[in-house]
Amino acid sequence: MRKDLLGIGDLSAEEIYLVLDTAEAMREIGQRPIKKVPTLRGRTVVNLFYEPSTRTRTSFEIAEKRLSADTLNIAVAASSVLKGETLADTARNIEAMAPDVIVLRHEASGAGHLLSRICRSRIINAGDGMHEHPTQALLDAFTIREHKKRIEGLKVVIVGDLLHSRVLRSNVLLLTKLGADVWICGPATLIPPGMAPLGVRVSTSVDEAVAGADVIMLLRIQHERMHGAFFPSVREYFNTFGMTAARVARARPDVIIMHPGPMNRGVEIASEVADGPYSVILEQVANGVSVRMSVLYLLAGGQDGD
Amino acid sequence: MPVVMDADRINRTLTRIAHEILERKGGVEDLALIGIRTRGVPIARRLAQTIQSIQHAEVPTGALDITLYRDDLMRHAVGPQPVIHRTEIPFSIDDKRILLVDDVLYTGRTVRAALDALIDFGRPKSIQLVVLVDRGHRELPIKADYVGRNVPTSSAQSVQVHLAEIDGRDEVEIQEP
Amino acid sequence: MKRLLKGGTLVDPANGRTGPFDILIDGDRIGRVGRSLAAGADTAVVELPGGLLVCPGLIDMHVHLREPGQEHKETVATGTAAAVAGGFTAVACMPNTDPVIDNASIVGYVLRKAADANLARVYPIGAVSRGQKGEQLADIAEMRQAGCVALTDDGRPVATSMLMRRALEYAGMFGMPIIEHCEDPSLKGDGVAHEGPTASSLGLRGIPGEAESIMALRDISLAGLTGGAVHIAHMSARQTLDAVRWGKARGARVTCEVTPHHFVLTDAQLAEPVPYDTNVKMNPPLRQVEDRDAMLGGLADGSIDAIATDHAPHHADEKLVEFDRAPFGIIGLETAVSLCFDRLVHPGVISTSRLVELLSVNPARLLGVPGGALVEGAPADISILAPDLPVTVSAARMRSRSRNTPFDGWTLRGGVAATIVGGRTVYLNPACGDLGI
Repeated sequence: MRKDLLGIGDLSAEEIYLVLDTAEAMREIGQRPIKKVPTLRGRTVVNLFYEPSTRTRTSFEIAEKRLSADTLNIAVAASSVLKGETLADTARNIEAMAPDVIVLRHEASGAGHLLSRICRSRIINAGDGMHEHPTQALLDAFTIREHKKRIEGLKVVIVGDLLHSRVLRSNVLLLTKLGADVWICGPATLIPPGMAPLGVRVSTSVDEAVAGADVIMLLRIQHERMHGAFFPSVREYFNTFGMTAARVARARPDVIIMHPGPMNRGVEIASEVADGPYSVILEQVANGVSVRMSVLYLLAGGQDGD
Repeated sequence: MPVVMDADRINRTLTRIAHEILERKGGVEDLALIGIRTRGVPIARRLAQTIQSIQHAEVPTGALDITLYRDDLMRHAVGPQPVIHRTEIPFSIDDKRILLVDDVLYTGRTVRAALDALIDFGRPKSIQLVVLVDRGHRELPIKADYVGRNVPTSSAQSVQVHLAEIDGRDEVEIQEP
Repeated sequence: MKRLLKGGTLVDPANGRTGPFDILIDGDRIGRVGRSLAAGADTAVVELPGGLLVCPGLIDMHVHLREPGQEHKETVATGTAAAVAGGFTAVACMPNTDPVIDNASIVGYVLRKAADANLARVYPIGAVSRGQKGEQLADIAEMRQAGCVALTDDGRPVATSMLMRRALEYAGMFGMPIIEHCEDPSLKGDGVAHEGPTASSLGLRGIPGEAESIMALRDISLAGLTGGAVHIAHMSARQTLDAVRWGKARGARVTCEVTPHHFVLTDAQLAEPVPYDTNVKMNPPLRQVEDRDAMLGGLADGSIDAIATDHAPHHADEKLVEFDRAPFGIIGLETAVSLCFDRLVHPGVISTSRLVELLSVNPARLLGVPGGALVEGAPADISILAPDLPVTVSAARMRSRSRNTPFDGWTLRGGVAATIVGGRTVYLNPACGDLGI
C-alpha cells in the first residue's frame, strides 16, 4: 500500500478488498489463547489524539499490541492547543523520536495531510474533522461483507447527521466504490450540499429511504458539533428520523443495523433497535481491531522507502 | 528443468512417510498434522488420509500461515507486504504430538517462524517436522524428522513443488537461475 | 534630463491612443506623447525592443501592506517593492492594520513610510468605523485631509445597514467611495471554503455565494437611497455580479473589482494538486467553475470595473497549520500582470486596452487619484509591460516579505519589463535585458 492512510478516497477497490481479506486473517489471532504475533516487534506507533475518543483509540491500541508494536498514547486537550504549540511543531517533536506510524485523530479536516507533508512516519487517519474516518468505513464494510457475503448491489441506507460526519464521507466513498446502492437520509439542514455527484441517493424521508434496505447505518447526532440550530428538538428529530422497530420493519427481513458509536438512545436509535436481533453494533467494535491490525500490517511494509 | 519427483514418486513417498510415522509413533493417539501454508497444507491432508486408510483412525489437520512471524517481513525497503492467509487449527494443540508439515526444507527460517507461531497456540507434547524435500543449505539448527527425498542443490537453484490441489499436477522440479 | 522612449506600443485608452507613439519623459513629468518625436540635444533616446507595451502606471486598489502592527508579514517598504516589481506604480492600502487606520495620524504614518520607501505611490484607505468595530464613524474628514482616498471596513462588511447609510451620506460630501467587503456574517458562519461538492467532500465548512451577494444587494440599495458610491471589493460569486449589473442598470453608483485568483482558480484547487493547501484559503473563497466563468464574462463585457489583487501577506508559519486555523488570503502583487496576460489577453477574453482600463484607468477614476492616462505635464508614472515574456513564478524570489501564493512554479506568458514612478525607473526586469531606461 501507499505511505499513509488518509482517506478512502485514496484507495482503489482492490486495495479495499486487500484490507478486508487481510483483516479476515487478523481476526483469527484474536481467537487464540495468546492473542499476539511478533509482526511489528520493535516498531513504534504513536497514537496522537486531539479529540477524546475511547473507542477508536482503544481499538487501535489493541490492534497495535496484538501486532507487538510499542505504542505511545499522546492525548492533547483542545484547550492546550490554543495556547500551546502548533500541530506542525508537535509533529516535528514526535518525528524526532522516530516513530514508524502515527495514528492521528484531529478536529480539523485535512490535519492528516498536513502531518503527512511534515513527517516521514506513516500516517493513519483516525478521524479528521468532518472529512474522513477511513478505518471506520473499512470495519463497517468488513461487517457488512461478513453478514451479506457481498457489498455490490446491496441497498445501504445511512441516516443521521450527514453534514458533520466523517464516517458518512468515508462510507459513501467506500460503498459506492464497491458498487453498493447508497442512500443518505436526514433533515435537509444536515445534508451536505453537492452529495449527488458522489453517486448516492439523497432523501429526507426515512420511510422511503429504509424501504427494502439490506443495511441501515445510523450516525450519531453530534450535539457537541451543533454550532447552530439544525432541528427544533431531539424529540422532534427522533419522531421524524429516529430508527424505530416500525421503521426497521420496512427494510428487508434480514436487514442489519449498524452504528459507529457512541449511540444516543432515543435520539437517532430506539433502544429496542439498538438491542434488537438485527443489530450488529457490537460486532462492529470487535471487527474494528481486526481491520486496524490489517491496516497497520499493510502500511508497515516499505518502512524505509522513499 | 530436471524433474526430481513425478506424481507416482510423490505418492509413494508420502505413503512411505505415513507408514514411518505410524511405526515410530506407535499409533495415532494425540497425533495431529499441521501444514505450513501454502503447500504444506495439502501434504498434511494427504498424509492424514493415508494414515486413515491404513489405521482407520482420523488424524486432525490444521493450516498454519507463518507470514506474521517471518524474520524478513520488515526488511524490504519498499514494496507491498506479503498477503496473509488464515491460520486454521480447529483443535487444541495442548498435549498433542504435532507433526509440522512443509514441502521444502531449506534455510530453516520458515520452520523457525512456524515453531514460534505454534507455541502461541498452546503447549504441545512434542513437535516433529515432516518435509517432502530437503534441499540443504540450513541457516538455523533445524533438522527434519521425516524426509521424503534429499535433493542436493546449489543455493542459486530453486526447488519448485507442484501439487494437484493447487497447481493441477504433482511434480517436483529444480529450476536453474 | 530628458528621455525619449521609442519603439514601444502605447496603450492609453483614456486618451484613445493605442499604437506606435513615442513618449518623452521630462524629469518627473511626461513631456510629450506623439508619433515619431524628434529628440533634442539634451534628450537620451531609448529604443525599446519590439512588442513592449507602454501603459499609464498600473494601480492596485486593494492591497494589505500590514504596517503598522504586522510587520512580520509585510511593511510599506517591502509591499511597495513587490508592487513595482509587479508593474504597479501605485497601491491603495487597506486599513485593517494594528492599530486600524481610522485617524489622520495613522494615515500620516503610512504616508511617511511610503515616502521613505520611495517606490510606488501609496494611497491609504481609511476605516469606515472607529477601530473597524462597526459602531461609530471614524474621523473621515480628517483622514481625507491627511490623504485618505476611500473608506472601507475591509476584512469584514460595514456592520449594519444604518451605519452603511450614514457612511455613504457622510463620505459622499468628500466624494469618497465606500469600498465594501461583502459578506453576510451569519451566512458565512465559520465557513472556510466555497460551499459546494468540493468543500463537502473535503469536510470543510462552506460559504455560499449568497453570503456575498446578499450584502452587495444591501449596499447597492443603500447607494441608491443615498446617492453615495459603493465599490464592491474582490467580487467572487456570479450572484454578486448579477447584483452589480442590476444596480448599474437602475443607475446606482456601484462599481466592482475582481482579483486574479478569482478569475483564474476554482475551488477544485482545494483538493488538487496539494490537498488542503492553505495557500488557496482566501476570503471570499475560490468558487466554482460557473463563478469563475462569470467573472471572465464580466471582465469581457465591461460589468467589472477593475482588477485588484487583494494582496494579503501572511507569514509561512501562520499558513503552516490546519486548514481551519489558517488565516485567509494570498499575496498577488507580483503575479497579477502575468496572470492577466496569460488568462485574459492571450486567450482573447479582453484586449490590451481593456486590460489597461481595468488596471489603471478605472482604479484612478474610482479612487479619484492622478494617473490612468499618459498626459503631457502629468507625473511620469509608466508601466512597461512585456506581453510575450515567458515567466516562471518563483515565490522564493519575490520582493514581498511573505510567500503565500498558490501560483509558485506556474509558467505564464506575459510580465513586467519596467516600472517608472515620477520619471524614476524603480523596477527593471533583468529578464528583459538592459532597456537603457
